[in-house]
Amino acid sequence: MSAKRLHVMFDDDDILLDAVKEIVKNKMYIHEVYTPFPVHGLDKAMKLKPTNISIATFIYGCIGFTVAVLMMYYIMILDWPQDIGGKPSFTLIENIPSFVPIIFEMTVFFAAHLMVITFYMRSKLWPFKKAENPEPSTTDDKFLIDMESGSNLSRTKTMLKKMGAISIKEVKEKSEK
Amino acid sequence: MTDYKFSNQIKRLSIILVIIGAIGIAFGFYYAPSNIEEAKEIVAKMSHEGHGGDHSDGHGGDHGDGHGGDHGDGHEGGYGEDSHGASGHEYDHDKHVFHQLQNKPWAAIYVPALFFMMISLGVLAFYAIQRASQAGWSIVLYRLMEGITSYLLPGSIFVIIILVFSAFKFNHLFLWMDPEVVAHDEIIRNKVGYLNIPFFFARAVIYITGWVLYRNISRRLSLEQDTNNDINIHKKLFKFSAGFLVFFLVSESMMSWDWIMSIDPHWFSTLFGWYVFAGMFVSGITTLALITIYLKSQNYLSFINDSHIHDMAKFMFGVSVFWAYLWFSQFMLIWYSNIPEEVTYFITRIEDYNLLFFGMVVLNLIFPLIVLMNSDFKKTNFIVILTGIVIIIGHYLDVYNMIMPSAVGDMWSFGPAEIGGFLFFLGIFIYVVFKEISKAPILVKGDPYIEESKTFQYYNLD
Repeated sequence: MSAKRLHVMFDDDDILLDAVKEIVKNKMYIHEVYTPFPVHGLDKAMKLKPTNISIATFIYGCIGFTVAVLMMYYIMILDWPQDIGGKPSFTLIENIPSFVPIIFEMTVFFAAHLMVITFYMRSKLWPFKKAENPEPSTTDDKFLIDMESGSNLSRTKTMLKKMGAISIKEVKEKSEK
Repeated sequence: MTDYKFSNQIKRLSIILVIIGAIGIAFGFYYAPSNIEEAKEIVAKMSHEGHGGDHSDGHGGDHGDGHGGDHGDGHEGGYGEDSHGASGHEYDHDKHVFHQLQNKPWAAIYVPALFFMMISLGVLAFYAIQRASQAGWSIVLYRLMEGITSYLLPGSIFVIIILVFSAFKFNHLFLWMDPEVVAHDEIIRNKVGYLNIPFFFARAVIYITGWVLYRNISRRLSLEQDTNNDINIHKKLFKFSAGFLVFFLVSESMMSWDWIMSIDPHWFSTLFGWYVFAGMFVSGITTLALITIYLKSQNYLSFINDSHIHDMAKFMFGVSVFWAYLWFSQFMLIWYSNIPEEVTYFITRIEDYNLLFFGMVVLNLIFPLIVLMNSDFKKTNFIVILTGIVIIIGHYLDVYNMIMPSAVGDMWSFGPAEIGGFLFFLGIFIYVVFKEISKAPILVKGDPYIEESKTFQYYNLD
């Protein structure tokens, strides 16, 4: 019996998590898991590489910080110094307290927006994109594992049933796209 | 899991700290001048040594270069002097310095007395928040928190004793307590309805009674819960804690006006209560983390895992940032508006306490921000201890910065009284806290969430 691609449905996140662990233990390949909400620990169970997005975000924040300092330096010191509230802007360091809120906001702005954009690009998401999830119910209350069955299809099916799968569907590779 | 036994090691350590501290404090009082001539001698001696020299140098330099362009500076400097001498025209400079030097040992013990009392109070607030929010992760830490809050009563009694000495004119920490000063000072005179000695102590008694009452009730209920699983105890604890938090937020804020802000009777800041709260909260949580890691290293806390440490480190990180937010909000608004009554507070600090004032921000914000940002570092005991010690020192300096500039002006130093005062109260704190922890089982029983707490696992940790 040859390997088949399976769509296995679950209706509980804890059961799903146990099933994923079992599948990984039996060395079967998981293409993707579709869930209606983030399931804590799923990435670890699937043995996905840890995300680097936090490091990227830190770098984005540093960029935002630098941009804000340079921006305030250009606007308020270099280009058009003004005396606001009795605080003349002659040097950056003398006026830094009044720029701190702007620097803070720009740091957060850069970090947050660039992080989200990075996330979209990494997950290949863009506006009007057609949804990839095979079953619409995975956006509601069902969980779906898209996997390879391994060589022994019936044994896999029995195992998945025992793990608590509510339905197992064999799919053709071609119908994917 | 064994219950904690008050070890001889800790006992010895705390007694040694108290003795060294007491000697330091005695030195401080011994060297304090008893008349104006002695004060002059001390000042003359100081200006020969490096420290005094530094001071006058710093002064000249600051006036000349740094703030030269700042138009308000000269004016406010003068104003600051005035407000410090209170009835400036009557006190000449020597008398002023004499009073500052006389205050010095008092302020040196007042700072750590307040600091350790506030650690205990911060932990009490943290404890009440855990109870009121019915948090699941922190149940295993309850006994340690109860241990730390046991210092609240002795700690606040120490503070009260120093305040009583102040009221009986043994020192001039609180200018408004001196009727002669009040008579010549219109600003203080207008505040007499609030700032008068009987009302001041009545308020102090109310705060302390409220805090200690909640502390003892919750402790008693918590011990009672060990013997039976009655859910009503849990509910009662929830209600008391929620009620206490309301009382606490008001009383803590007023406490900070009374015991700290009124040292500068002319100055006011509307977010001072929050600022003091953030400081006590973060030093309390840090102390809790340090004690937890210490006891875990002594094999008493097998049920505490990385996730608990990680959570406390998250609090340390978050509240440090919150503290800095309030510190900066207070600073920037006053700096920007440049109102003489307000800005003199920061001018004395920036001119006479420059390194301490900004160094404290490095210790309390920059260091924890950079070190504790990494998730893995938050569960590494060594790093939590290192950051914790830095935060504790930083917040001691924060309290130092609140009290000293108003009490001793530019006559500050870290002499025997300052270091001795810190060690003295540290010793008492350690003794009281560990003694209390040893009095009860180290793990609570009967709490409905205890299993959740024991198996607590932050999903992102391995």
